Amino acid sequence: MAGSGTAHLRTADDVVLRVENLVMEFPAGRHQVVHAVSDVSFDIRRGETLGIVGESGCGKSTTARAIVQLPAPTSGRVLLDPGTDREAELTALEGEGLRQVRPRLQMIFQDPISSLNPRRRVRDIVAEGLAIWEGESGDEQVRAKVDEVLEAVGIDPTVAANRRPHEFSGGQCQRISIARAAVLKPEILICDEPVSALDVSVQAQILNLLEEMKSRYGLTLVFISHDLSVVRNVSDRVTVMYLGKVCEVGNADAIYSSPAHPYTRVLLASAPEPASTVDESESAIGDEIPSPIHPPSGCRFRTRCPRATDRCATEEPVLQELAEDHFVACHFPS
Amino acid sequence: MPEPTEPTVVERPTDAVDGLDTGDFVQRRLGVGFWLAVGWVFLIVGAALLAPLLPIGDPEEIGAGPRQDGPSWAHWFGTDSNGRDIFSRTIWGARVSLMVGFVSIVLGFLVGGLVGVVSGYFRGATDRVLSFVVFVMLSFPSLVLFLLIISIVGQGLWVVSLTLSVLVVPSVARLGRAITIAFAEREFVAAARLLGATNRRVMVREILPNVLIPMAALLLLGLGLTIVAEGGLAYLNLSVAEGFSWGKMINLGASPRTLRSAPWVAFFPIGAMFLTVLSLNWAGDRLRQYFDVRELGIGSR
Repeated sequence: MAGSGTAHLRTADDVVLRVENLVMEFPAGRHQVVHAVSDVSFDIRRGETLGIVGESGCGKSTTARAIVQLPAPTSGRVLLDPGTDREAELTALEGEGLRQVRPRLQMIFQDPISSLNPRRRVRDIVAEGLAIWEGESGDEQVRAKVDEVLEAVGIDPTVAANRRPHEFSGGQCQRISIARAAVLKPEILICDEPVSALDVSVQAQILNLLEEMKSRYGLTLVFISHDLSVVRNVSDRVTVMYLGKVCEVGNADAIYSSPAHPYTRVLLASAPEPASTVDESESAIGDEIPSPIHPPSGCRFRTRCPRATDRCATEEPVLQELAEDHFVACHFPS
Repeated sequence: MPEPTEPTVVERPTDAVDGLDTGDFVQRRLGVGFWLAVGWVFLIVGAALLAPLLPIGDPEEIGAGPRQDGPSWAHWFGTDSNGRDIFSRTIWGARVSLMVGFVSIVLGFLVGGLVGVVSGYFRGATDRVLSFVVFVMLSFPSLVLFLLIISIVGQGLWVVSLTLSVLVVPSVARLGRAITIAFAEREFVAAARLLGATNRRVMVREILPNVLIPMAALLLLGLGLTIVAEGGLAYLNLSVAEGFSWGKMINLGASPRTLRSAPWVAFFPIGAMFLTVLSLNWAGDRLRQYFDVRELGIGSR
């Protein structure tokens, strides 16, 4: 695996976010470098939900953070509304310029408790975006907007607005986070493992809420998760990542009905209820995930891949079109 | 419109943060010692503030009673070698001691806290420069610095307070930086930046409210330290030249001869300082534990 390449990027004029050749590296001391994300590209069309899946440490969250420039990536480009008069290249902006475009792109985090300032009241937390751009949270207009968005996420503002985060459950905190992000009516909402920290019973509620918010506010979602079944439920398009690279990209149905990359097959076979398109025995891959400090040469998945040959060690596979809207980075796709 | 699917508010026992409102609960957790300590601090601060109104003798009146007379009804804490009333002097002496201690610790916390928060929030080059300055300040021999400033600028109340505050700054800055870093990495800070909050807004609205409470608990511990420091300097005749503080009183009573013939001259100001600092440390330590445990996960325990 290992896919570099940009063959899968689309030219449609309703692309709202395009990430090109994103690289994120961190110093790891002693002149070593962690290759967290290496040459990842993808795009999202308006109203679409892009799922990003991969096991822990594959660079999903780092990618999300790099898109919103917290911190900015080592190299690569992140474009909002490319090709329109609203085009903004986030990676070229900094300081005040970056601040001005920030409201167009919001994010939900994994840890619902840590996402909310323990010292502020729910009303002030949700009003913060408006307080920055429009007026303080006491203003009549701001109050009305905050009440509206709180109701939209299923939190009763008359009861909750003056309480502090510790009085709420994880699921409710996540609802408040969603309200805070939605109040500025962003174009894109990046959800970084938004339900991983929640009880299974609450997960479905939050996923449904995200769907509702998507249609209500016209959001475009990037949905990051290690859980394939969750991603399948919400995504139109799926990107599978492994060790900082893209393995396979395509519409969700194609990925799940005819997984082409060996790693995608492993992921599908490892699920508690494996997909019918793969055999459960395919989940058996050896070894731990290699260190991102010394990623394998060629295809990064070759050390664990059942189909690996000498070619995989020397030549990095590039994303190639397998079928319509289905791309895979493998020399020997199935 | 989605229905609220979960109960809107989870009822939790009030031992969360607003437990502060319920005196009952605080008593149980902070303990009787805490309230005794707070009581003593209020007593001594009140007496110092109201000293001119209290029915006590003039502390500077020479020959208010017999020389080096032991505690009696007329002079509760006895008299010193000039026949001055030690009870009155202990109360008046608290004014300078507390004033210098308070001004220096508050200034030190303001400047050190600012340096620490800025350093911990921005990290990077800002942090390296500020941390280096703090490191140099920590390494500088404080007594030498003190002598230097005093000998150049003089021994006014503000000079002494400011100089002491300079000595407080580096430790506070380190502490503020550590607490800030613990919070700056939380997601709510990232969320605020994503909304478009300026750095200043993030520091003031998101970080400061979280940093202030643990810092406030440590302010009491620091106040104990500066009061002792002022006492030490006064003992060396390096503190405020005008008037007198507990340290200066201790100096007067500390010669071996006086200690033998009239131990109360030194004992009462020492006792007042000891109880005050003990109270501040006790209260500060209880508060620190109280907040560490509940929200921070930093520090001891």
